[in-house]
Amino acid sequence: MSIVLEHVSYIYEAGTPLAQRALDDICLEIPNGQFVGLIGHTGSGKSTLVQHLNGLMKATEGHVYYNGEDIDAPGYDKKKLRSSVGLVFQYPEHQLFEIDVFSDVCFGPKNLGLPKEEVERRAREALNLVGLSEEYDKQSPFELSGGQKRRAAIAGVLAMGPKVLILDEPTAGLDPRGREEILQQIKRLQVQTGMTILLVSHSMEDVAEYVDRILVMNHGRVMLDGAPREVFRHYKELEEVGLAAPQVTYIMHALHEKGFDVDADATTIEEAAGEIMKALGRSETLRN
Amino acid sequence: MLRDITLGQYYQTDSVIHRLDPRVKLGGTLLFIISLFFFQNMWGYVIAAAFLALVIHLSTVPFRYIVKGMRAILFLLLITVAFNLFLTPGTPLVSFFGGHVRITYEGIRLAVFIALRLCFLIIGSSMMTLTTTPNNLTDGMEKMLRPLKLFKVPVHEVAMMMSIALRFIPILLEETDKIMKAQIARGADFESGKLVQRAKAMVPLLVPLFISAFRRANDLALAMEARCYRGGEGRAKMKPLIYQKRDGIAYLCLGLYLVAGIGIGRL
Repeated sequence: MSIVLEHVSYIYEAGTPLAQRALDDICLEIPNGQFVGLIGHTGSGKSTLVQHLNGLMKATEGHVYYNGEDIDAPGYDKKKLRSSVGLVFQYPEHQLFEIDVFSDVCFGPKNLGLPKEEVERRAREALNLVGLSEEYDKQSPFELSGGQKRRAAIAGVLAMGPKVLILDEPTAGLDPRGREEILQQIKRLQVQTGMTILLVSHSMEDVAEYVDRILVMNHGRVMLDGAPREVFRHYKELEEVGLAAPQVTYIMHALHEKGFDVDADATTIEEAAGEIMKALGRSETLRN
Repeated sequence: MLRDITLGQYYQTDSVIHRLDPRVKLGGTLLFIISLFFFQNMWGYVIAAAFLALVIHLSTVPFRYIVKGMRAILFLLLITVAFNLFLTPGTPLVSFFGGHVRITYEGIRLAVFIALRLCFLIIGSSMMTLTTTPNNLTDGMEKMLRPLKLFKVPVHEVAMMMSIALRFIPILLEETDKIMKAQIARGADFESGKLVQRAKAMVPLLVPLFISAFRRANDLALAMEARCYRGGEGRAKMKPLIYQKRDGIAYLCLGLYLVAGIGIGRL
């Protein structure tokens, strides 16, 4: 049960002078239940890559396998694939269209041809998962706040019952609080359901705290792949391609260079604080 | 999926034709199209072809790119040719099905002329859009239609609306593509089913598209107001349209073509 990419390349406008290689020979495996952060600059190919995973785009070269089956093979049931691999696009609230929140969330499972009770059960469950209680059910999706709209749209994909959830920049355009809320919701979701989650972002700060693994893309290639602390060790290379490691990384590396006995690999603020206190010879934490 | 439309799009490059005043190109295209309807013999078409070839050569737009845009009207072209070929009365050359369907000498002549006329018409007008940015085009139109202001026609406003509409075409195409993909990811099916089902399947596409169009229009209006836009009254142009020497030469060439084409084409 996993997603495997084998030498996948994608060329926009192939065969014309405008041809552009958006993905270049990507080999990748995402095992079940992993929380992966996909990081890259605008135009690095991350959005193109995720659209290959549920068959919206077809690789120019190479193969994509879901649970061992080639998704571009003739006769492969793409509709079923799209219900197992849910894709939440950037600004998903722009796809809302129904008269009320509940009917909009029902759209996905209804398309799967499920009976009415099952559709409604799934919609309710999905709305619970994103923290929208029943009082919102009968409201027009266009009356919700920005963060609520986005959560309703994410519920619309969750109601399909995906095993893998891909989110393309789910925090774009939200204020810091909305951003935090969405990310924590996603983490909770992963813990509760054991779903595989692929979170696309251009901000390391956003993902560092939550993910098990980070993939860094640059010019259509996977540049770095590993646990957050391994990836952040390459913070100088990251800077060269216009990305940055979390601020904590910089502080810890600077302290390390100045001769403090701290673990420069600390990725979260809590870890870093603990390390600094340890180096200063105090055991209590900085809290309060 | 929707990006294959090249007919009527601007081709970015620098050439004499690109630099011409849009009024020359607008007027020229109009006169060229009218001239096509005056020809009564082969020579008129030969002269028109030579004139078009010269313009295409000077514009440095690859011929293949122009032809690619023609695919959109291929079907129309075929139907027109077929009707003229089979339905024109006259001296029969070949006949099928016991004389019910026949091709006449006049039919062939007419079909060839009509096909040429249609092709020239499309190529001629796409030469204008290929070499003129939409903004330039509306600027030219605004200036040419200025006399209508005497009759209280809001020329500037109409031109502004046109340029905004043109600008929004690629944006809305991209938006359609995006929303379509998002709904397909939610299991929507735009390709199969009966007519009624297909029409119903468009709702999840059209509602978000309309909302997004309104949102963008609203944003644009706000941005224009923030820059103190208040219509054409007293508004100066950053790049005013002023005739250059090359525009004079272009008008001269156009005049020569018209005299030669219509003079010889009607003999």
